[in-house]
Amino acid sequence: MKKVRISKNGGNKTLNTILVFPYYMILFSLILVPIFIMVVSSFLRGDSNNLFQVSLTFENYLNFFGNEDYLYAMGRSIWLALLTTISTLLIGYPLAYFITKTKTRTQALLILLISAPMWINLVIRTIALKQIIELIIPSILKTNTAMVFGLTHVFLPFMVLPIYTILLKIDSNLIEAANDLGASKFVAFLKVILPLSLPGVMSGILMVFFPAATTLVIPKYLGNNVFLIGDIIERVSILSGNIGYGAAIAIILSIIMMAMMLVVKRVDKFKGEEYE
Amino acid sequence: MNKNIFRNVFLFIIYGLLYLPIISMIIFSFNSNNSFTRFGSFSLKWYVALFRHEKMMQAVLVTIVVAIISTIISTIIGTFAAIALSKQKKVLRNLTLMANNIPVINPEIITAISLFVLFGIFQIPKGYLTMLLAHIAFSTPYVIITVYPKVISLDPNLSDAASDLGATPFQTLTKVILPQIKVAIGAGAAIAFTMSFDDFVISYFVTIGSGVSNISTYLYTLKRAIDPKVNALSALICLVIGLKITYDYFISGPKKIKKERLKG
Repeated sequence: MKKVRISKNGGNKTLNTILVFPYYMILFSLILVPIFIMVVSSFLRGDSNNLFQVSLTFENYLNFFGNEDYLYAMGRSIWLALLTTISTLLIGYPLAYFITKTKTRTQALLILLISAPMWINLVIRTIALKQIIELIIPSILKTNTAMVFGLTHVFLPFMVLPIYTILLKIDSNLIEAANDLGASKFVAFLKVILPLSLPGVMSGILMVFFPAATTLVIPKYLGNNVFLIGDIIERVSILSGNIGYGAAIAIILSIIMMAMMLVVKRVDKFKGEEYE
Repeated sequence: MNKNIFRNVFLFIIYGLLYLPIISMIIFSFNSNNSFTRFGSFSLKWYVALFRHEKMMQAVLVTIVVAIISTIISTIIGTFAAIALSKQKKVLRNLTLMANNIPVINPEIITAISLFVLFGIFQIPKGYLTMLLAHIAFSTPYVIITVYPKVISLDPNLSDAASDLGATPFQTLTKVILPQIKVAIGAGAAIAFTMSFDDFVISYFVTIGSGVSNISTYLYTLKRAIDPKVNALSALICLVIGLKITYDYFISGPKKIKKERLKG
Protein backbone atom coordinates (compact mmCIF):
# COMPACT_ATOMS: atom_id res chain seq x y z
CA MET A 1 0.00 0.00 0.00
CA LYS A 2 1.27 3.42 -0.82
CA LYS A 3 1.67 5.72 2.09
CA VAL A 4 0.06 9.06 1.54
CA ARG A 5 1.76 11.78 3.45
CA ILE A 6 0.90 15.41 3.24
CA SER A 7 4.12 17.14 4.05
CA LYS A 8 3.63 20.51 5.61
CA ASN A 9 7.11 21.61 4.72
CA GLY A 10 6.72 20.74 1.09
CA GLY A 11 4.13 23.46 0.97
CA ASN A 12 6.49 26.22 1.97
CA LYS A 13 7.15 27.30 -1.54
CA THR A 14 8.17 30.85 -0.69
CA LEU A 15 10.89 29.79 1.70
CA ASN A 16 12.13 27.11 -0.71
CA THR A 17 12.28 29.57 -3.56
CA ILE A 18 14.27 32.03 -1.47
CA LEU A 19 16.64 29.26 -0.37
CA VAL A 20 17.30 27.90 -3.83
CA PHE A 21 17.34 31.17 -5.78
CA PRO A 22 21.01 32.14 -5.22
CA TYR A 23 22.06 28.65 -6.22
CA TYR A 24 20.15 28.84 -9.49
CA MET A 25 21.79 32.18 -10.16
CA ILE A 26 25.20 30.53 -9.83
CA LEU A 27 24.16 27.45 -11.76
CA PHE A 28 22.90 29.52 -14.68
CA SER A 29 25.28 32.42 -14.84
CA LEU A 30 28.53 30.66 -13.90
CA ILE A 31 28.02 27.06 -15.07
CA LEU A 32 25.39 26.70 -17.78
CA VAL A 33 25.71 30.05 -19.55
CA PRO A 34 29.52 29.80 -19.80
CA ILE A 35 29.22 26.36 -21.37
CA PHE A 36 26.55 27.62 -23.75
CA ILE A 37 28.69 30.61 -24.74
CA MET A 38 31.69 28.34 -25.16
CA VAL A 39 29.73 26.11 -27.56
CA VAL A 40 28.39 29.10 -29.50
CA SER A 41 31.74 30.85 -29.73
CA SER A 42 33.35 27.70 -31.08
CA PHE A 43 31.14 28.11 -34.17
CA LEU A 44 31.87 31.77 -34.67
CA ARG A 45 34.39 33.42 -36.88
CA GLY A 46 35.61 36.91 -36.48
CA ASP A 47 36.62 39.49 -33.99
CA SER A 48 35.88 38.23 -30.51
CA ASN A 49 35.79 41.79 -29.25
CA ASN A 50 33.08 42.79 -31.66
CA LEU A 51 29.99 40.65 -31.27
CA PHE A 52 28.31 42.14 -34.35
CA GLN A 53 30.90 41.20 -36.91
CA VAL A 54 30.77 37.47 -36.67
CA SER A 55 29.56 34.68 -38.85
CA LEU A 56 28.81 31.02 -38.43
CA THR A 57 31.60 28.61 -39.27
CA PHE A 58 33.07 25.17 -38.72
CA GLU A 59 36.50 26.63 -39.30
CA ASN A 60 37.67 26.17 -35.71
CA TYR A 61 36.90 22.47 -35.82
CA LEU A 62 38.32 21.94 -39.30
CA ASN A 63 41.47 23.82 -38.35
CA PHE A 64 42.01 21.54 -35.42
CA PHE A 65 41.64 18.35 -37.43
CA GLY A 66 43.83 19.83 -40.14
CA ASN A 67 46.63 20.61 -37.72
CA GLU A 68 49.01 17.68 -37.45
CA ASP A 69 50.82 19.07 -34.43
CA TYR A 70 47.60 19.35 -32.48
CA LEU A 71 46.39 15.89 -33.40
CA TYR A 72 49.78 14.53 -32.43
CA ALA A 73 49.58 16.37 -29.08
CA MET A 74 46.15 14.96 -28.44
CA GLY A 75 47.31 11.45 -29.26
CA ARG A 76 50.32 11.90 -27.03
CA SER A 77 48.16 13.12 -24.12
CA ILE A 78 45.91 10.11 -24.48
CA TRP A 79 48.93 7.80 -24.63
CA LEU A 80 50.43 9.30 -21.45
CA ALA A 81 47.08 9.10 -19.69
CA LEU A 82 46.76 5.48 -20.74
CA LEU A 83 50.20 4.60 -19.35
CA THR A 84 49.33 6.44 -16.15
CA THR A 85 46.02 4.60 -15.82
CA ILE A 86 47.73 1.25 -16.28
CA SER A 87 50.47 1.98 -13.77
CA THR A 88 48.05 3.37 -11.15
CA LEU A 89 45.93 0.26 -11.64
CA LEU A 90 48.88 -2.11 -11.33
CA ILE A 91 50.02 -0.42 -8.12
CA GLY A 92 46.63 0.70 -6.82
CA TYR A 93 44.77 -2.59 -7.01
CA PRO A 94 47.21 -4.67 -4.92
CA LEU A 95 47.59 -1.70 -2.59
CA ALA A 96 43.83 -1.46 -2.00
CA TYR A 97 43.64 -5.24 -1.62
CA PHE A 98 46.46 -5.36 0.93
CA ILE A 99 44.96 -2.49 2.89
CA THR A 100 41.71 -4.44 3.32
CA LYS A 101 43.75 -7.29 4.80
CA THR A 102 45.08 -5.20 7.69
CA LYS A 103 43.39 -4.44 11.05
CA THR A 104 40.51 -1.96 11.06
CA ARG A 105 42.43 0.76 12.87
CA THR A 106 45.45 0.30 10.57
CA GLN A 107 43.12 0.47 7.57
CA ALA A 108 41.81 3.83 8.73
CA LEU A 109 45.37 5.11 9.08
CA LEU A 110 46.54 3.74 5.71
CA ILE A 111 43.54 5.20 3.90
CA LEU A 112 44.11 8.52 5.63
CA LEU A 113 47.75 8.46 4.50
CA ILE A 114 46.68 7.69 0.93
CA SER A 115 44.24 10.58 0.80
CA ALA A 116 46.28 13.09 2.81
CA PRO A 117 48.48 14.25 -0.10
CA MET A 118 45.34 15.15 -2.05
CA TRP A 119 44.89 18.05 0.38
CA ILE A 120 48.23 19.52 -0.60
CA ASN A 121 48.49 21.88 -3.50
CA LEU A 122 49.19 20.14 -6.83
CA VAL A 123 51.83 22.66 -7.94
CA ILE A 124 53.70 22.19 -4.67
CA ARG A 125 53.53 18.40 -4.92
CA THR A 126 54.82 18.55 -8.48
CA ILE A 127 57.74 20.77 -7.47
CA ALA A 128 58.52 18.29 -4.68
CA LEU A 129 58.44 15.45 -7.22
CA LYS A 130 60.78 17.32 -9.49
CA GLN A 131 63.24 17.88 -6.68
CA ILE A 132 63.23 14.26 -5.57
CA ILE A 133 63.83 13.08 -9.14
CA GLU A 134 66.70 15.55 -9.41
CA LEU A 135 68.07 14.19 -6.17
CA ILE A 136 67.79 10.48 -6.88
CA ILE A 137 67.63 9.77 -10.61
CA PRO A 138 68.25 13.02 -12.50
CA SER A 139 68.71 11.08 -15.73
CA ILE A 140 64.97 10.43 -16.11
CA LEU A 141 64.00 14.08 -15.74
CA LYS A 142 62.37 15.48 -18.89
CA THR A 143 61.37 12.06 -20.17
CA ASN A 144 58.07 10.24 -20.47
CA THR A 145 59.18 8.05 -17.56
CA ALA A 146 59.37 11.06 -15.26
CA MET A 147 55.96 12.28 -16.41
CA VAL A 148 54.28 8.91 -15.94
CA PHE A 149 55.98 8.56 -12.54
CA GLY A 150 54.70 11.99 -11.52
CA LEU A 151 51.19 11.39 -12.87
CA THR A 152 51.03 8.00 -11.14
CA HIS A 153 52.21 9.55 -7.91
CA VAL A 154 49.56 12.26 -8.03
CA PHE A 155 46.62 10.17 -9.27
CA LEU A 156 47.20 6.98 -7.28
CA PRO A 157 44.68 7.92 -4.54
CA PHE A 158 41.92 8.27 -7.15
CA MET A 159 42.50 4.64 -8.13
CA VAL A 160 42.99 3.21 -4.64
CA LEU A 161 39.99 4.79 -2.92
CA PRO A 162 37.16 3.47 -5.14
CA ILE A 163 38.75 0.00 -5.35
CA TYR A 164 39.24 -0.11 -1.58
CA THR A 165 35.63 0.95 -0.99
CA ILE A 166 34.26 -1.77 -3.22
CA LEU A 167 36.60 -4.48 -1.89
CA LEU A 168 35.35 -3.72 1.63
CA LYS A 169 31.78 -4.24 0.52
CA ILE A 170 32.39 -7.74 -0.82
CA ASP A 171 30.64 -10.27 1.40
CA SER A 172 33.34 -12.44 3.01
CA ASN A 173 30.88 -15.36 3.00
CA LEU A 174 31.23 -15.50 -0.78
CA ILE A 175 34.98 -16.06 -0.49
CA GLU A 176 34.49 -18.63 2.24
CA ALA A 177 31.92 -20.39 0.10
CA ALA A 178 34.38 -20.47 -2.79
CA ASN A 179 37.05 -21.94 -0.50
CA ASP A 180 34.60 -24.49 0.89
CA LEU A 181 33.74 -25.53 -2.62
CA GLY A 182 37.38 -26.29 -3.26
CA ALA A 183 38.68 -23.12 -4.85
CA SER A 184 42.24 -22.22 -3.95
CA LYS A 185 42.87 -18.72 -2.62
CA PHE A 186 44.10 -17.62 -6.01
CA VAL A 187 41.13 -19.09 -7.87
CA ALA A 188 38.75 -17.53 -5.34
CA PHE A 189 40.40 -14.17 -5.96
CA LEU A 190 40.20 -14.59 -9.72
CA LYS A 191 36.63 -15.83 -9.86
CA VAL A 192 34.99 -14.01 -6.95
CA ILE A 193 36.85 -10.95 -5.74
CA LEU A 194 38.16 -9.63 -9.04
CA PRO A 195 34.83 -9.67 -10.93
CA LEU A 196 32.98 -8.16 -7.98
CA SER A 197 35.49 -5.35 -7.68
CA LEU A 198 35.31 -4.33 -11.35
CA PRO A 199 32.89 -1.41 -10.81
CA GLY A 200 35.44 0.11 -8.42
CA VAL A 201 38.17 -0.42 -11.00
CA MET A 202 36.00 1.29 -13.63
CA SER A 203 35.38 4.37 -11.53
CA GLY A 204 39.06 4.44 -10.65
CA ILE A 205 39.96 4.38 -14.34
CA LEU A 206 37.54 7.23 -15.08
CA MET A 207 38.89 9.27 -12.18
CA VAL A 208 42.49 8.84 -13.28
CA PHE A 209 42.36 8.86 -17.06
CA PHE A 210 40.62 12.18 -17.75
CA PRO A 211 42.47 14.38 -15.27
CA ALA A 212 45.74 12.74 -16.38
CA ALA A 213 45.00 13.48 -20.03
CA THR A 214 44.26 17.15 -19.42
CA THR A 215 46.70 18.12 -16.70
CA LEU A 216 48.76 21.21 -17.31
CA VAL A 217 51.10 21.28 -14.34
CA ILE A 218 52.82 17.89 -14.14
CA PRO A 219 54.18 17.74 -17.71
CA LYS A 220 55.32 21.38 -17.45
CA TYR A 221 57.61 20.56 -14.55
CA LEU A 222 58.63 16.97 -15.30
CA GLY A 223 58.45 16.80 -19.08
CA ASN A 224 60.76 18.07 -21.76
CA ASN A 225 58.74 20.95 -23.20
CA VAL A 226 56.25 18.40 -24.46
CA PHE A 227 53.22 19.69 -26.21
CA LEU A 228 49.97 18.24 -24.82
CA ILE A 229 46.23 18.98 -24.93
CA GLY A 230 46.46 21.31 -21.94
CA ASP A 231 49.24 23.27 -23.62
CA ILE A 232 47.28 23.63 -26.84
CA ILE A 233 44.28 25.08 -25.03
CA GLU A 234 46.53 27.34 -22.97
CA ARG A 235 48.48 28.51 -26.01
CA VAL A 236 45.51 29.05 -28.30
CA SER A 237 43.19 30.85 -25.91
CA ILE A 238 45.51 32.70 -23.57
CA LEU A 239 48.59 33.44 -25.61
CA SER A 240 47.00 34.07 -28.99
CA GLY A 241 43.59 35.14 -27.67
CA ASN A 242 41.62 33.04 -30.12
CA ILE A 243 38.67 32.25 -27.87
CA GLY A 244 36.60 30.41 -30.48
CA TYR A 245 39.45 28.08 -31.36
CA GLY A 246 40.19 27.33 -27.71
CA ALA A 247 36.51 26.65 -27.12
CA ALA A 248 36.33 24.30 -30.12
CA ILE A 249 39.29 22.29 -28.82
CA ALA A 250 37.74 22.09 -25.35
CA ILE A 251 34.51 20.81 -26.93
CA ILE A 252 36.29 18.20 -29.04
CA LEU A 253 38.00 17.10 -25.85
CA SER A 254 34.73 16.78 -23.93
CA ILE A 255 33.14 14.83 -26.77
CA ILE A 256 36.05 12.37 -26.82
CA MET A 257 35.80 12.02 -23.05
CA MET A 258 32.05 11.47 -23.09
CA ALA A 259 32.39 8.85 -25.81
CA MET A 260 35.06 7.01 -23.84
CA MET A 261 32.99 7.24 -20.69
CA LEU A 262 30.01 5.71 -22.46
CA VAL A 263 32.15 2.87 -23.77
CA VAL A 264 33.55 2.18 -20.31
CA LYS A 265 30.08 2.26 -18.77
CA ARG A 266 28.75 -0.12 -21.40
CA VAL A 267 31.57 -2.59 -20.82
CA ASP A 268 30.91 -2.27 -17.12
CA LYS A 269 27.21 -3.03 -17.53
CA PHE A 270 27.90 -6.03 -19.72
CA LYS A 271 30.30 -7.47 -17.16
CA GLY A 272 27.83 -6.78 -14.38
CA GLU A 273 25.09 -8.74 -16.10
CA GLU A 274 27.38 -11.62 -16.78
CA TYR A 275 28.07 -12.18 -13.12
CA GLU A 276 24.66 -11.48 -11.70
CA MET B 1 53.37 -15.58 7.19
CA ASN B 2 55.38 -15.23 4.02
CA LYS B 3 52.50 -13.43 2.43
CA ASN B 4 52.35 -10.97 5.30
CA ILE B 5 56.00 -10.08 4.83
CA PHE B 6 55.44 -9.50 1.13
CA ARG B 7 52.39 -7.40 1.90
CA ASN B 8 54.16 -5.26 4.48
CA VAL B 9 57.18 -4.71 2.26
CA PHE B 10 54.90 -3.68 -0.60
CA LEU B 11 52.95 -1.27 1.62
CA PHE B 12 56.18 0.12 3.05
CA ILE B 13 57.70 0.79 -0.37
CA ILE B 14 54.59 2.43 -1.81
CA TYR B 15 53.96 4.63 1.22
CA GLY B 16 57.65 5.48 1.32
CA LEU B 17 57.59 6.57 -2.32
CA LEU B 18 54.37 8.48 -1.71
CA TYR B 19 55.83 10.56 1.12
CA LEU B 20 59.46 10.75 0.06
CA PRO B 21 59.09 13.93 -2.07
CA ILE B 22 57.24 15.84 0.63
CA ILE B 23 59.62 14.75 3.38
CA SER B 24 62.67 15.60 1.31
CA MET B 25 61.17 18.98 0.48
CA ILE B 26 60.63 19.73 4.16
CA ILE B 27 64.20 18.67 4.98
CA PHE B 28 65.67 20.85 2.25
CA SER B 29 63.62 23.83 3.45
CA PHE B 30 66.04 23.92 6.40
CA ASN B 31 69.07 23.81 4.13
CA SER B 32 71.59 26.59 4.57
CA ASN B 33 72.67 26.63 0.94
CA ASN B 34 70.87 27.18 -2.30
CA SER B 35 70.86 23.57 -3.49
CA PHE B 36 68.19 20.91 -3.65
CA THR B 37 70.69 18.10 -3.86
CA ARG B 38 73.29 18.97 -1.25
CA PHE B 39 72.48 19.64 2.36
CA GLY B 40 74.77 22.18 4.03
CA SER B 41 73.74 22.88 7.59
CA PHE B 42 70.51 23.57 9.43
CA SER B 43 69.15 27.05 8.88
CA LEU B 44 65.89 28.96 9.00
CA LYS B 45 66.98 31.58 6.52
CA TRP B 46 64.54 30.54 3.80
CA TYR B 47 61.67 30.96 6.23
CA VAL B 48 62.86 34.44 7.06
CA ALA B 49 63.27 35.20 3.37
CA LEU B 50 59.78 33.85 2.68
CA PHE B 51 58.13 36.17 5.20
CA ARG B 52 60.09 39.09 3.82
CA HIS B 53 59.11 38.34 0.22
CA GLU B 54 56.19 40.63 -0.43
CA LYS B 55 54.90 38.98 -3.59
CA MET B 56 54.81 35.51 -2.12
CA MET B 57 53.13 36.72 1.06
CA GLN B 58 50.61 38.58 -1.09
CA ALA B 59 49.84 35.36 -3.00
CA VAL B 60 49.38 33.48 0.28
CA LEU B 61 47.05 36.17 1.57
CA VAL B 62 44.99 36.17 -1.64
CA THR B 63 44.72 32.37 -1.51
CA ILE B 64 43.51 32.36 2.09
CA VAL B 65 41.08 35.26 1.68
CA VAL B 66 39.57 33.88 -1.52
CA ALA B 67 39.31 30.41 0.01
CA ILE B 68 37.56 31.72 3.13
CA ILE B 69 35.08 33.95 1.28
CA SER B 70 34.28 31.40 -1.43
CA THR B 71 33.88 28.65 1.18
CA ILE B 72 31.45 30.71 3.26
CA ILE B 73 29.38 31.75 0.24
CA SER B 74 29.32 28.36 -1.48
CA THR B 75 28.59 26.50 1.76
CA ILE B 76 25.64 28.73 2.64
CA ILE B 77 24.21 28.76 -0.88
CA GLY B 78 24.84 25.05 -1.44
CA THR B 79 23.37 23.96 1.89
CA PHE B 80 20.17 25.97 1.50
CA ALA B 81 19.83 24.81 -2.09
CA ALA B 82 20.28 21.15 -1.07
CA ILE B 83 17.50 21.53 1.50
CA ALA B 84 15.16 23.27 -0.92
CA LEU B 85 15.96 20.82 -3.74
CA SER B 86 14.94 17.85 -1.60
CA LYS B 87 11.41 19.25 -1.52
CA GLN B 88 11.15 20.06 -5.20
CA LYS B 89 9.35 18.13 -7.90
CA LYS B 90 11.28 15.10 -9.08
CA VAL B 91 11.80 16.23 -12.68
CA LEU B 92 13.17 19.63 -11.76
CA ARG B 93 15.28 18.14 -8.99
CA ASN B 94 16.87 15.53 -11.23
CA LEU B 95 17.54 18.08 -13.95
CA THR B 96 19.18 20.39 -11.44
CA LEU B 97 21.33 17.63 -9.99
CA MET B 98 22.40 16.66 -13.51
CA ALA B 99 23.42 20.22 -14.31
CA ASN B 100 25.14 20.38 -10.95
CA ASN B 101 27.32 17.43 -11.93
CA ILE B 102 28.63 19.05 -15.11
CA PRO B 103 31.57 20.86 -13.47
CA VAL B 104 32.21 17.85 -11.21
CA ILE B 105 32.62 15.45 -14.14
CA ASN B 106 34.21 17.86 -16.61
CA PRO B 107 37.98 18.11 -16.57
CA GLU B 108 38.97 21.34 -14.83
CA ILE B 109 40.44 22.80 -17.97
CA ILE B 110 37.03 22.80 -19.66
CA THR B 111 35.41 24.64 -16.77
CA ALA B 112 38.37 27.01 -16.91
CA ILE B 113 37.92 27.70 -20.63
CA SER B 114 34.17 28.21 -20.27
CA LEU B 115 34.70 30.83 -17.55
CA PHE B 116 37.55 32.37 -19.52
CA VAL B 117 35.22 32.75 -22.51
CA LEU B 118 32.40 34.12 -20.32
CA PHE B 119 34.54 36.80 -18.70
CA GLY B 120 36.09 37.59 -22.08
CA ILE B 121 32.80 38.07 -23.91
CA PHE B 122 31.22 40.21 -21.19
CA GLN B 123 34.53 42.06 -20.83
CA ILE B 124 34.63 41.58 -17.09
CA PRO B 125 38.14 42.66 -16.07
CA LYS B 126 40.15 39.74 -14.75
CA GLY B 127 41.28 39.93 -11.15
CA TYR B 128 40.08 39.30 -7.62
CA LEU B 129 36.40 39.35 -8.56
CA THR B 130 36.70 36.83 -11.40
CA MET B 131 38.80 34.55 -9.20
CA LEU B 132 36.25 34.69 -6.41
CA LEU B 133 33.30 34.11 -8.77
CA ALA B 134 35.08 31.16 -10.40
CA HIS B 135 35.86 29.60 -7.03
CA ILE B 136 32.25 29.96 -5.91
CA ALA B 137 31.18 28.41 -9.20
CA PHE B 138 33.28 25.26 -8.86
CA SER B 139 32.86 24.84 -5.07
CA THR B 140 29.09 25.09 -4.81
CA PRO B 141 28.39 21.86 -6.77
CA TYR B 142 30.68 19.95 -4.39
CA VAL B 143 28.81 21.35 -1.37
CA ILE B 144 25.55 20.18 -2.96
CA ILE B 145 26.81 16.65 -3.62
CA THR B 146 28.09 16.42 -0.05
CA VAL B 147 25.06 17.87 1.73
CA TYR B 148 22.18 16.69 -0.45
CA PRO B 149 22.46 12.92 0.34
CA LYS B 150 22.35 13.76 4.05
CA VAL B 151 19.28 15.98 3.58
CA ILE B 152 17.27 13.28 1.81
CA SER B 153 18.19 10.76 4.50
CA LEU B 154 16.48 12.90 7.18
CA ASP B 155 13.25 11.76 8.76
CA PRO B 156 10.53 14.11 7.38
CA ASN B 157 8.38 13.39 10.44
CA LEU B 158 10.70 15.52 12.55
CA SER B 159 10.10 18.61 10.43
CA ASP B 160 6.39 17.85 10.34
CA ALA B 161 6.36 17.48 14.11
CA ALA B 162 8.09 20.84 14.44
CA SER B 163 5.51 22.60 12.32
CA ASP B 164 2.69 20.78 14.13
CA LEU B 165 4.07 22.18 17.33
CA GLY B 166 3.88 25.66 15.90
CA ALA B 167 7.35 26.27 14.47
CA THR B 168 7.48 28.62 11.51
CA PRO B 169 9.15 27.23 8.36
CA PHE B 170 12.21 29.33 9.15
CA GLN B 171 12.38 27.97 12.71
CA THR B 172 12.02 24.43 11.40
CA LEU B 173 14.94 25.09 9.10
CA THR B 174 17.27 26.54 11.71
CA LYS B 175 16.26 24.46 14.73
CA VAL B 176 15.43 21.09 13.20
CA ILE B 177 17.00 20.61 9.78
CA LEU B 178 20.35 22.43 10.07
CA PRO B 179 21.45 20.81 13.36
CA GLN B 180 20.86 17.37 11.86
CA ILE B 181 23.04 18.01 8.81
CA LYS B 182 25.83 19.86 10.65
CA VAL B 183 28.46 17.20 9.95
CA ALA B 184 27.70 17.09 6.22
CA ILE B 185 27.86 20.89 6.04
CA GLY B 186 31.27 20.75 7.71
CA ALA B 187 32.47 18.15 5.21
CA GLY B 188 31.14 20.23 2.30
CA ALA B 189 32.88 23.33 3.63
CA ALA B 190 36.16 21.41 4.02
CA ILE B 191 35.98 20.23 0.42
CA ALA B 192 35.12 23.72 -0.80
CA PHE B 193 38.03 25.22 1.14
CA THR B 194 40.58 22.71 -0.15
CA MET B 195 39.33 22.99 -3.72
CA SER B 196 39.73 26.74 -3.56
CA PHE B 197 43.05 26.69 -1.70
CA ASP B 198 44.61 24.22 -4.15
CA ASP B 199 43.10 25.44 -7.38
CA PHE B 200 45.48 26.16 -10.18
CA VAL B 201 43.96 25.69 -13.66
CA ILE B 202 40.77 27.69 -13.19
CA SER B 203 42.44 30.51 -11.25
CA TYR B 204 45.13 30.65 -13.92
CA PHE B 205 42.64 31.12 -16.76
CA VAL B 206 40.46 33.68 -14.99
CA THR B 207 43.26 35.90 -13.68
CA ILE B 208 45.81 35.68 -16.48
CA GLY B 209 47.39 39.01 -17.26
CA SER B 210 45.80 40.76 -14.28
CA GLY B 211 48.77 40.49 -11.95
CA VAL B 212 46.52 38.89 -9.33
CA SER B 213 47.75 35.47 -8.28
CA ASN B 214 47.19 32.82 -5.67
CA ILE B 215 49.89 30.45 -4.43
CA SER B 216 49.51 28.00 -7.33
CA THR B 217 49.49 30.54 -10.13
CA TYR B 218 52.34 32.47 -8.52
CA LEU B 219 54.52 29.36 -8.30
CA TYR B 220 53.60 28.52 -11.87
CA THR B 221 54.76 31.90 -13.12
CA LEU B 222 58.13 31.24 -11.49
CA LYS B 223 58.25 28.19 -13.79
CA ARG B 224 61.35 26.19 -13.21
CA ALA B 225 63.41 28.76 -11.37
CA ILE B 226 65.15 27.37 -8.30
CA ASP B 227 63.78 29.06 -5.23
CA PRO B 228 64.25 27.51 -1.78
CA LYS B 229 61.60 29.88 -0.38
CA VAL B 230 59.09 27.68 -2.19
CA ASN B 231 60.27 24.77 -0.04
CA ALA B 232 59.76 26.79 3.11
CA LEU B 233 56.26 27.77 2.03
CA SER B 234 55.42 24.17 1.08
CA ALA B 235 56.75 22.88 4.38
CA LEU B 236 54.51 25.31 6.25
CA ILE B 237 51.45 24.28 4.21
CA CYS B 238 52.23 20.59 4.79
CA LEU B 239 52.61 21.29 8.50
CA VAL B 240 49.17 22.92 8.73
CA ILE B 241 47.51 20.12 6.74
CA GLY B 242 49.40 17.48 8.72
CA LEU B 243 48.24 18.98 12.02
CA LYS B 244 44.65 19.15 10.83
CA ILE B 245 44.68 15.53 9.65
CA THR B 246 46.37 14.27 12.82
CA TYR B 247 43.80 16.16 14.86
CA ASP B 248 40.96 14.58 12.89
CA TYR B 249 42.46 11.13 13.24
CA PHE B 250 43.11 11.24 16.96
CA ILE B 251 40.33 13.48 18.20
CA SER B 252 37.29 13.04 16.02
CA GLY B 253 38.26 9.66 14.51
CA PRO B 254 37.75 7.55 17.66
CA LYS B 255 34.62 9.53 18.49
CA LYS B 256 33.13 8.78 15.11
CA ILE B 257 33.94 5.09 15.43
CA LYS B 258 32.35 5.09 18.88
CA LYS B 259 29.23 6.77 17.54
CA GLU B 260 28.96 4.27 14.70
CA ARG B 261 29.33 1.42 17.16
CA LEU B 262 26.57 2.84 19.34
CA LYS B 263 24.34 3.05 16.30
CA GLY B 264 25.12 -0.50 15.27
